[in-house]
Amino acid sequence: MTNKEKKAAPKGKGKPPTKKAAPKRKRKPPTKKIPMPEQDAKKRSHNFDEVALGYTAKQAKAEAAKCIQCRNPKCISGCPVEVDIKGFVLLVAEGKFMEAAAMIKETNSLPAICGRVCPQETQCEATCIYGIRNEPIAIGRLERFVSDYARLHGEPLPELPDKIGKKIAVIGAGPAGLTCAGDLTNMGYDVTIYEAFHKPGGVLIYGIPEFRLPKDVVMAEVEFLEKLGVEIKYNHVIGKIRTISELMEEDGFNSVFIGSGAGAPNFMRIAGMNLINVFSANEFLTRVNLMKAYKFPEYDTPVKVGKRIAIIGGGNVAMDAARTSLRLGAEAMIVYRRAREQLPARLEEVHHAEEEGVDFNFLVNPIEVLGDEKGSVIGMKCIRMELGEPDDSGRRRPVPIEGSEFDLDVDMVIVAIGNSPNPIIPESTPGLKISRWGTIEINEETGMTDVSGVFAGGDIVTGAATVISAMGAGKRAARGIHDFLNK
Amino acid sequence: MYEVLDKKIINEITKMLVVQAPDIARVCKPGQFVMIRINETGERFPLTVADFDRKKGTVTITFQEVGKSTRLLGSLNVGDKIMDFVGPLGKPSPSDKVFGTIVAIGGGCGSAIVYPVARAFKEAGNTLITINGARTMDLLIYREELESISDEFYETTDDGTCGTHGFVTTVLGDLIKQGRKIDLVFAVGPVPMMKFVAKTTEEAKIHTMVSLNSIMVDGTGMCGACRVSVDGQMKFACVDGPEFDGHKVDFDELMARLNAYVDQEAVSNEKWASEHGGAE
Ligand SMILES: Cc1cc2nc3c(=O)[nH]c(=O)nc-3n(C[C@H](O)[C@H](O)[C@H](O)COP(=O)(O)OP(=O)(O)OC[C@H]3O[C@@H](n4cnc5c(N)ncnc54)[C@H](O)[C@@H]3O)c2cc1C
Ligand SMILES: Cc1cc2nc3c(=O)[nH]c(=O)nc-3n(C[C@H](O)[C@H](O)[C@H](O)COP(=O)(O)OP(=O)(O)OC[C@H]3O[C@@H](n4cnc5c(N)ncnc54)[C@H](O)[C@@H]3O)c2cc1C
Ligand code: SF4
Ligand code: FES
Repeated sequence: MTNKEKKAAPKGKGKPPTKKAAPKRKRKPPTKKIPMPEQDAKKRSHNFDEVALGYTAKQAKAEAAKCIQCRNPKCISGCPVEVDIKGFVLLVAEGKFMEAAAMIKETNSLPAICGRVCPQETQCEATCIYGIRNEPIAIGRLERFVSDYARLHGEPLPELPDKIGKKIAVIGAGPAGLTCAGDLTNMGYDVTIYEAFHKPGGVLIYGIPEFRLPKDVVMAEVEFLEKLGVEIKYNHVIGKIRTISELMEEDGFNSVFIGSGAGAPNFMRIAGMNLINVFSANEFLTRVNLMKAYKFPEYDTPVKVGKRIAIIGGGNVAMDAARTSLRLGAEAMIVYRRAREQLPARLEEVHHAEEEGVDFNFLVNPIEVLGDEKGSVIGMKCIRMELGEPDDSGRRRPVPIEGSEFDLDVDMVIVAIGNSPNPIIPESTPGLKISRWGTIEINEETGMTDVSGVFAGGDIVTGAATVISAMGAGKRAARGIHDFLNK
Repeated sequence: MYEVLDKKIINEITKMLVVQAPDIARVCKPGQFVMIRINETGERFPLTVADFDRKKGTVTITFQEVGKSTRLLGSLNVGDKIMDFVGPLGKPSPSDKVFGTIVAIGGGCGSAIVYPVARAFKEAGNTLITINGARTMDLLIYREELESISDEFYETTDDGTCGTHGFVTTVLGDLIKQGRKIDLVFAVGPVPMMKFVAKTTEEAKIHTMVSLNSIMVDGTGMCGACRVSVDGQMKFACVDGPEFDGHKVDFDELMARLNAYVDQEAVSNEKWASEHGGAE
């Protein structure tokens, strides 16, 4: 957040101060990122096609050419998996797109996804040195461009080392599990992923909508891993069909990685949460994305769509639910208890949501969902908030304004106030250390849990976080597993 | 893919399929369920494990054709394949425990769901009284199976075509009035039936377990579609249940939530009927 604010300020002021030390050379005005072509806001708010269309080769080369190839680049350390950004941007500028893609893949196994969903404005782009005076280099857009280019032009498979002859089980085919599996396969292990759903990708498939992350992109990244030799077993809920100790003791796995995510939806502790037209964002998005309810009745899964939908929350999940609601023909309003500056969603998603016509209600908190005798939603009672003293996280805490209650006229409510870890694995695995929040505790360095040989990472450890942090955790655990098995 | 190895038409609206699913058959327990997605365009929906054979690696499901998905499933034949078959899900019944005398009640298709649990209760050493109910005689199912495992066996039909004329609660009420010592009542059937069973046992303070059939999407605790109120607390039927203390369940809320998609269900149903002819 603070990074964003700092960055925004000088841009608006225009000319830099010139009083001190007479300028030796003329300073150019600050540059902006080359804009990325997008679908028109009016049109796209009625379809599920991808919003951002990606750079052309010419645009990518021009954007990359702005990079000043810093001797001590700050972009790389801003990236949670330390992609060689300086290096790949240079290759883009030289038009060597395939080489650039290969360079990214050395450290990031899912670049086409990260280029689309990473919060670059708080990571690599926040620290970019060129970005001190200008808008930073559009690293995310370049990452997206080269990985799309490589996918379309047929990526060669990397050479794999000889098989080590050891088996690893990975639980969950989300970003954490996929990354861990990819890295271990690259080291020569035999890896089997067990996935509860019938499709891979975790949140990338069932949560993040098609218009932001086309499912073809996710499937292509997964197929790449399968070509490397990763085996994925679907419809396997570990803890139910097989326990972790059975995997290790009976099925011969030498080590297990848990990447089961934080998929259990939280609801508010207010009256009316079980009314018919109240949904968790997970349910709403799963119906639409994974089960393709937007194509009902061609697809059998139905979805409810109100006329006016309130979405409670201000993160990426809330933005996705709101923009999906719009596309299904509803009016969508975000109800967020803090102020605009505190929205945790990616900046680009907030912009897009606004352009498309999502209505934002800041400093408003629901206190009851109102229903009729049939149990359907007929409104939501809310109270206005103001910002008080900073809380533990340093954010100013919202406090209710007495007597400011009002009713919001809505007929459907989507709750997007966060997800917690699913209890199935913790409950079925004796010996794991579980925190107060239901997350699994690990050794930060190795990624190992309290059960020898069992590692964990991603949202199941951190609580709901980001794609790239889950991938980073999957990488760390892959190294941890390798070290553990070679002690 | 999960192959259908055997099929039995129990009555006009009730079918039974034996499905090849060795990994599930190996570990499933009475009271658990599976989530099914028949084909690429299908929805995910839950069915209880009505029986299993660990040696043959099969899981049996028995279901009533009430809408598009169950009709499509009922149209499958031996050799056909089900795309996704996920389980075993939910918490198992405490059917390996000794309570004493247990009254097992099945209504409609619930009788198929009650059967494996009742059988396990019996095998664990409980005395088993079974009440099998339906609207009319043709809809009574699992009659021989249930009778063969029961110490006492009663049947009821709403229209009096077989057994006691009345509801399962008619017989249950009589047993209670007679002062029979009952340690546990286990009931599965339509929500109104379970609601009235719980009412019937409430005064006599007989512990009553019901198996809830709320609408589900994933069946693994990830969506909250299946949430129910139990003792005023929000529970997810798929991971916290599906069995709950019948005296604490908010049945009216469950009934309202089960009706959430009636309009869309009608659309799906009509589409199915127009494509396949017949059936409503
Ligand atoms: C709607 C939405 C939008 C988001 N937008 C962004 C964004 O723009 N940018 C960003 O960086 N982050 C975003 N996030 C967060 C990000 O998606 C997650 O932090 C990330 O996916 C976590 O990865 P993971 O691998 O730990 O878990 P998940 O992606 O949750 O994957 C876990 C996988 O494990 C499977 N699983 C669970 N239990 C079991 C079991 N018992 N047995 C077998 N398999 C199991 C699940 O089915 C799932 O496939 C978003 C999240 C949501 C919900
Ligand atoms: C844990 C559990 C175990 C069950 N076991 C059995 C069983 O062994 N045999 C059996 O016949 N039925 C069982 N059911 C009910 C069965 O899942 C529904 O009858 C089936 O999903 C209806 O789908 P449909 O498309 O045929 O009908 P629809 O036309 O979609 O709906 C008919 C009715 O079924 C209910 N329903 C619809 N979709 C779902 C869904 N996804 N999940 C749950 N209920 C739904 C609705 O309340 C609706 O009124 C069980 C339900 C649960 C939750
Ligand atoms: S910090 Fe910015 S300008 Fe410097 S190398 Fe990295 S991307 Fe290029
Ligand atoms: S069915 Fe999704 S949480 Fe129970």
